[in-house]
Amino acid sequence: MAVENLAPVEKKEQIEESFVYLDDEIEKSHSKLVVKDVNGWFGSKQALKSININIKPNSVTAFIGPSGCGKTTLLRCLNRMHEMTTGAKITGEVLLDGLNIYDKAINPVIIKRRIGMVFQKPNPFPTMSIQDNVAAGLKLNGVRDRNLIQDIVEDSLKGAALWNEVKDELDKPGVSLSGGQQQRLCIARALAMQPEVLLMDEPTSALDPLASSKIEELISNLRERVTIIIVTHNMQQAARVSDFTAFMYLGELIEYGATNQIFKNPKKDLTERYISGKFG
Amino acid sequence: MIVMNSEKNNPKNNENKQYTDKINNYIKKKYKRRIITNKLVTILTIISVVVAVIPLGSILIEVIKNGSEAISIEFLTQKPGALGSGKGGIGPAIQGTLIIIGLSSALSVPVGMLTGIYLSEYSKNNRFSTVVRFVNDVLTGLPSIVIGIVGYVTLVLTLGSYSVLAGAFSLSIIMIPIIVRVTEETLKLVPNSLREAGYSLGLSKTKITLNIVLSTAKSGVLTGIVLAISRIAGETAPLIMTILGTSLFFSSFTGPVDALPLRIWRLASQPYESAHSFGWGAALILIVIVLFLGVGLRVLIRKNLAKVEM
Repeated sequence: MAVENLAPVEKKEQIEESFVYLDDEIEKSHSKLVVKDVNGWFGSKQALKSININIKPNSVTAFIGPSGCGKTTLLRCLNRMHEMTTGAKITGEVLLDGLNIYDKAINPVIIKRRIGMVFQKPNPFPTMSIQDNVAAGLKLNGVRDRNLIQDIVEDSLKGAALWNEVKDELDKPGVSLSGGQQQRLCIARALAMQPEVLLMDEPTSALDPLASSKIEELISNLRERVTIIIVTHNMQQAARVSDFTAFMYLGELIEYGATNQIFKNPKKDLTERYISGKFG
Repeated sequence: MIVMNSEKNNPKNNENKQYTDKINNYIKKKYKRRIITNKLVTILTIISVVVAVIPLGSILIEVIKNGSEAISIEFLTQKPGALGSGKGGIGPAIQGTLIIIGLSSALSVPVGMLTGIYLSEYSKNNRFSTVVRFVNDVLTGLPSIVIGIVGYVTLVLTLGSYSVLAGAFSLSIIMIPIIVRVTEETLKLVPNSLREAGYSLGLSKTKITLNIVLSTAKSGVLTGIVLAISRIAGETAPLIMTILGTSLFFSSFTGPVDALPLRIWRLASQPYESAHSFGWGAALILIVIVLFLGVGLRVLIRKNLAKVEM
């Protein structure tokens, strides 16, 4: 009897050990964002079930999972965008550098300045020029210094790898650009607010492959500047751009770890089945 | 295995072919009829356009033909002369109409726009907003003479005289529901993704509403204001009850004033040929003013938009 049981126990311990090791790896350095026991609802439907996750600074983290698994909802919980939807509710804590962004004393507007967001469809402001689109956040937040705005616009457009394409036509309307350029304009617009974290909600799902690869390239370069969290349907994309990957299913976080490990050696059966295309 | 597969596939293909033939049969049967229907509908729409344009065009032509004779510098700037003399002009009426339009716009545009903004952006469809929307719709359909009586009872009687204020008050009651409705509808057309983009930049709701939502919907809201102005520019009934009409130029906001529709009505009810000619002239001026305000506001907004884009 004892001999029979020995092998599985050993295996189990191994697995647990490596888990601890991985969690350590992520937790060892300081975390930019700590999600603690977050539950989210739409009306009576629970979209997020007790999510715990730590996001490392200056890394790219991908949320993957089938449609309706709650990855976008989780993303929108990280900058208090989720609660803007009517009927949406959230419990739990999200710590940004140790500060609970759901603290009652905190103005959600300030959180959104520190945590930028890029949406699924490019959404430049239709009445504004390229220049004004990038400067919109600054101007409407009361920045008056024109030289400063000019500098930040240039810096943000360079950061979004759009500067060379638009530097001679900054006065053109933002919506006159192509889809991929519009999305990079939206990234520049978010960067202009000097966010610490950039949330990207399937930023390439409305773009063609060429424009997508430009955005992907941009994401890996932006890592130096901001902490990036990206929701994506495209597993190849997650594998290409991210350092860490979180796999979600039916509102639960199934597995979270280094991207290499998740794709090459997933711990959970569910993750493996999803990644190998058996469902989802 | 391969044989199995092809055997499996073949009947399926035949089945598909069968469907194609059946569908094609239906399409062929209806094909001729479709062409005819298509042509008929095209012709019908063209006829409708002609039917709609003929009365409009003939009115315009009639007014221009009869009215242009009366127009002169004297006609545009002078007080009306003695009854039936064919002298003087409609200066006070033009001045009065412009004052009344300006004052009622000043009263109704802020109230109407802010209400529309509230309904679209802030109310979250609560019970209060449902009531406001309902009352607003009722107000849109209210006969203008009733609104004139309201103006008479509330302002003319309490102030003790017919006045510009009472007229502008009544007309602004006609304008407000139109502006509210159009503002709400156009703001609702602004995609929510733009609001979210605003939020994601850390902007306050006020900034998003004014600088992003309203500026995106600007031309729609302006169309509503132009519509409301055109509606009141020709209103006569409420003015009879509130400003009375006079042959003198504007003196004070609490005194009576003249207006073009009132003057047209007066001139038309006089038995003199010269008065009728003046009436046509006044009608032409009224049309020109409404047209000019509409086109002018549009040009203004387009210039503004161009400036934003520059």
